[in-house]
Amino acid sequence: MKANTTVDWPLDLHEVLAQTEVRQVAYVPDAGHKRLIELCQADKSMRAVVCTTEEEGLGLVMGAWLGGDKSAVLMQSSGVGNIINTLGTIKECRFPLLMLVTMRGDEGEFNPWQVPMGQATQSVLEAMGVVVKRIHTAEEAGPVASAAARLAYNSYAAVAVLISQRLIGIKSFQDQADR
Amino acid sequence: MKATLHRRDVVNALLADRGDLLVVAGLGSTAWDISAAGDHDLNFPLWGAMGSSVMIGLGIALAKPGSRVLVITGDGEMLMGMGSLATVGVQKPANLSVVVIDNERYGETGMQATHTASGVDLAQIAKGCGFAHPRQVTDRDGVAGLHKMVHGEAGPNFAQVKVLAEKIPLVLPPREGALLKARFRRALNGPSADAQ
Repeated sequence: MKANTTVDWPLDLHEVLAQTEVRQVAYVPDAGHKRLIELCQADKSMRAVVCTTEEEGLGLVMGAWLGGDKSAVLMQSSGVGNIINTLGTIKECRFPLLMLVTMRGDEGEFNPWQVPMGQATQSVLEAMGVVVKRIHTAEEAGPVASAAARLAYNSYAAVAVLISQRLIGIKSFQDQADR
Repeated sequence: MKATLHRRDVVNALLADRGDLLVVAGLGSTAWDISAAGDHDLNFPLWGAMGSSVMIGLGIALAKPGSRVLVITGDGEMLMGMGSLATVGVQKPANLSVVVIDNERYGETGMQATHTASGVDLAQIAKGCGFAHPRQVTDRDGVAGLHKMVHGEAGPNFAQVKVLAEKIPLVLPPREGALLKARFRRALNGPSADAQ
């Protein structure tokens, strides 16, 4: 079941990463990021690095920047719970950080166990000094992500883009399994 | 088997004639160890982010495939980021080496026993993750081989070095994270790094 839009927002997000000259993309698989992950894997200018936990993605970001590479982390909102302490090091060292986060436990959630972390995601990020931007519609995905990438890399900021569950459009466990 | 190696001797041997070697150290004792060997712009000693040292090394290794990268960390820090060994095993960077200085203790918190004190074998775990020739080192001959591994052998390399659990003087690197980051980037990529 596709979300009700004609805009190919994962393609737009990939375009932002490419224009930002992102060379390393850390990800923990997520249904909402399925297409973007595949686009990054197919892009020879990027190294897609599958991680066992989101915290690893932040380590990769730090190392990439030490080596002169720009990077990004793709994750689900539940993964935000796994990175809190590591965000402290990102802030102390002033590493640029760009995170694209697909939301769970938010609009139309079908799994109650996702709700506590989903509802806390923005507050937790902001408590750790991360700038939070939200994407509510497919049309604004590209522009919001582009502004976030510039904020991260022109201003050495930690930035998270939260992508609404409305865009992802998964309505049930069966729907998720069918994708 | 009773450990006989002194951790500072091991780290000094690894960092002798280091050339352009890029070094990440896990927080605590290994950060003090690389500083005791001589503070260096191409050192990135961690003061936090426990469990992240190997992933930071991976990020550097992927960004700089022509450079040799060494992660020196403790058994406690390695245990907290064990999944990162699996992640390195997927990427297989030939220029990355991970050396765990294993005193079987959490040295900064009261010398409590870590999992390795009960026999958890990190070299076997690295083997299962796809590292090239993971090894456990317990004597001076083994340490001599480590220098060659770190500076020249195709990786990803892994060594678990059993050392004495000893209390030794702290040798602290600079504390400010932004400074440590900026000086590393400038030393590696030149002044243009400041304008990136």
